[in-house]
Amino acid sequence: MFGYYLYLAFRSLRRSSGLTALMMLVIGFGVAASMTTYAVFRGVSGDPIPWKSSQLFVPQIDAWGPEPSSGPGEHGGMHEPPDALTYADATALMHDHRATRQSAIYAVAPTVLPAKPGSSPVPVFGFGVSSEFFPMLDVPFQFGSGWSAADDAEGSPAIVISASLNQRVFGGDNSVGRNIDLDGKDYRVIGVMKPWNPQPMFFDVVDTGGFGGDGPEIFVPLQSAIGSGMQSAGAVNCPKGVQPPPGADGLQKSNCVWLAYMAELDDAAAVQRYRRYLDNYAREQQQIGRFTWAPNNRLRDVPAFLDYEHVVPDDAQQSLMVALGLLLVCLINTVSLLLAKFLRRSGEIGVRRALGASRRRIYAQFLTEAAAVGIGGGVLGLLLTSIGVLGVNLVLPPRLAHLAHIDPVLLLMTVLVAIIASVLAGLYPTFRAARVQPAWQLKAN
Amino acid sequence: MRLHPIIAALRRHKAGVTLIVLQIALTMAIVCNAIFLIGQRIERVDRPTGAVEDGLIRVSQSWYGAPTGDDPASVEKLDALQLTDLATLRALPDVQGVAASFSMPLQGEIYSGNLTLNPEQKGLTVTAAYYYGDEHLRSVLGVRLVAGRDFRVDEILHHTIHGSAVSPVVIVSKPIADKLFPHGDALGKTIYQDGKPARIVGIVERLQTPTTSNWGSAWDYNSVIEPVRLDGASASYAVRARPGRTRAAMGEARRALMAIDPMRVMPDTWGIQSMSEIRSKIYRADRGMALVLGLVCAILLLVTTAGITGQTSFWVGQRRKQIGIRRALGARRVDILRYFQTENFLIVTFGIALGLVLAYALSLLLMQRYELPRLPWTYLPVGAVALWLIGQLAVLVPAMRAAAVSPIVATRSV
Repeated sequence: MFGYYLYLAFRSLRRSSGLTALMMLVIGFGVAASMTTYAVFRGVSGDPIPWKSSQLFVPQIDAWGPEPSSGPGEHGGMHEPPDALTYADATALMHDHRATRQSAIYAVAPTVLPAKPGSSPVPVFGFGVSSEFFPMLDVPFQFGSGWSAADDAEGSPAIVISASLNQRVFGGDNSVGRNIDLDGKDYRVIGVMKPWNPQPMFFDVVDTGGFGGDGPEIFVPLQSAIGSGMQSAGAVNCPKGVQPPPGADGLQKSNCVWLAYMAELDDAAAVQRYRRYLDNYAREQQQIGRFTWAPNNRLRDVPAFLDYEHVVPDDAQQSLMVALGLLLVCLINTVSLLLAKFLRRSGEIGVRRALGASRRRIYAQFLTEAAAVGIGGGVLGLLLTSIGVLGVNLVLPPRLAHLAHIDPVLLLMTVLVAIIASVLAGLYPTFRAARVQPAWQLKAN
Repeated sequence: MRLHPIIAALRRHKAGVTLIVLQIALTMAIVCNAIFLIGQRIERVDRPTGAVEDGLIRVSQSWYGAPTGDDPASVEKLDALQLTDLATLRALPDVQGVAASFSMPLQGEIYSGNLTLNPEQKGLTVTAAYYYGDEHLRSVLGVRLVAGRDFRVDEILHHTIHGSAVSPVVIVSKPIADKLFPHGDALGKTIYQDGKPARIVGIVERLQTPTTSNWGSAWDYNSVIEPVRLDGASASYAVRARPGRTRAAMGEARRALMAIDPMRVMPDTWGIQSMSEIRSKIYRADRGMALVLGLVCAILLLVTTAGITGQTSFWVGQRRKQIGIRRALGARRVDILRYFQTENFLIVTFGIALGLVLAYALSLLLMQRYELPRLPWTYLPVGAVALWLIGQLAVLVPAMRAAAVSPIVATRSV
């Protein structure tokens, strides 16, 4: 029976080829615009570590009090604590070690001098972290591994490098155990990562803004980075009226925030315990007179923190909204065109009903026809979506555009959305078609 | 023309009319708001920095193995390196002027702080970006001085960012002067930069801060020029090329600086950039998004036009017989044409009325979610007129086809 309906649909669509083409164009454009903007949105709003993001938390401690500030950490309205930690708080949290795994994090931008004679220095970008950073974030390794807890404590000159830096400096060999010159000091390679560039760079969005770059090229133990005078390459935000004080030592003693922090907490109970711990910590600081305000802490998991930091550009959301509006208009448009098309065939419906076709049959026939329009629109939509995503790559900054890509899921969604949209659009016209009174139609004819 | 028969006919096509009205209303709401969003972006991209951007170049580099300490010996060594670079750049044939300049408008690297009128930092507070540079910075940027004077050579300090020296004199942008001294007597007054006193010796008309990020948008033209050549393992310079020689000056600068120190880090991506490169890089997302939104709007309008044409064509086909009868009873072709045009005008008017409400609601939603300003009311009449025109355009072909129906149709039974 379905085959017969398809045949009927095909004949009917061919009979009014202009209207059919119009409907397919409308569906195709609507779906393509939505899918193109969705591809961008999906790229920038994706969960960078889906298997674990609900177990990774960013603690925030109010080290500034209710005095408003003006830095990048400001979030109008409610009084929120700064979005990074002071050195004192980060060190205390590391020392207390209350989470399953944890690491303070800060961005560094030293210079590597390849050992090859005649080579010029290479600026690199990376982070000072603790040993637990690597297992906590499931950082993949090509050679070696992360450094040990002992390296953390001793401030050893250990280093984990990216696959691309390893290629550049060591020609891609297993470089574990070899030395690399960082700002004139020797660091021993402990591990070489596989290509790893989560977007957004969720472990330090405050310093990186979330997107861009080819991924971190080096990781060094936090203590050895600070000890050797590697300055923060990211944001240093100070409470109102305070400028970053002189020297690395001054910064460490100051109330300026410049360290990101991430803690792994396995379940809701652990999260509760950690919240209590943070509040107790703030209360202790209150007792010793460092904070003159009540504890005001936050503990957000990765998706919540990314949302809080507005990592997804408003642009991406707004254009998706407008495109969904377009899809809705296309849908309404298709409803009215299908309605026109179906009702024009009232006579045919009358004959079919008089010859014994049930209402259900009419439903099946006309929904099949709507779906056929959807398939046509979907195929057109595939083409237009591909053009759209390629076009977006031309006009958007590379840091965003690279995230929008065509993959089987997107293509499948394009066709599915087109078919579902046109079947939805066909529901009301089909309902009207099925209500056609056979006797009245036959008489009129 | 009497509207009564049109309205009577529309009542018989409730579903079709409702669908078109909805379509027009949604189109109006979306297009008005989207064009407003586009306008906001264009406004953002087009705003001037206050500098003369044509011919302005930023050089940014770091010395490999330079001292990192804050001790006097290191600072002097770093300053000597910087002075050598500045002198070398100044001597280049295609270079008109050079200044030490940590920051550059739009470029992103920024130091900022709070300005007050007392050392206790109470009361009126203005957040501002600090442009660290030497006595040439204002003139090399091409920022217009509206009161006072430039820095004198002997006023220029040099230290690292952690240095504790206080700048005794500053040049502020006009918005700062106006905010702190509403009576227009800012020149010569003392302000406190994060609690440290400084005297205003000059006021510049306009100087955008180095950041275009949201967090700095509330004070985007609050800039202070500090008489400080900032020393550090990296240093940046502002270079003014001779007219039309920007490219040549950039090439000369690279060669000359690398000749002094081949080990310095000055990558192609951000080492030497013209101001126009910096501008196009920073606003690329805005321009791209405006283009995407514009395209979506264009498609939306096309779809709506096509929908109206399709629906009217169907109605014309359905009413051939009635049209024939009217023609047979004496209606002229132009009467038939006017009938469909008036019908369309009525439908579009309903759509616009509903669209006004939807546009307003959507604007409220956007205001709430994205802290956008309210949709200015002027967009609505413009949108309405545009939709009336589109409606008339869409209906023209089917209406003319209707007008061409011959009276003879009335005599045939279908």
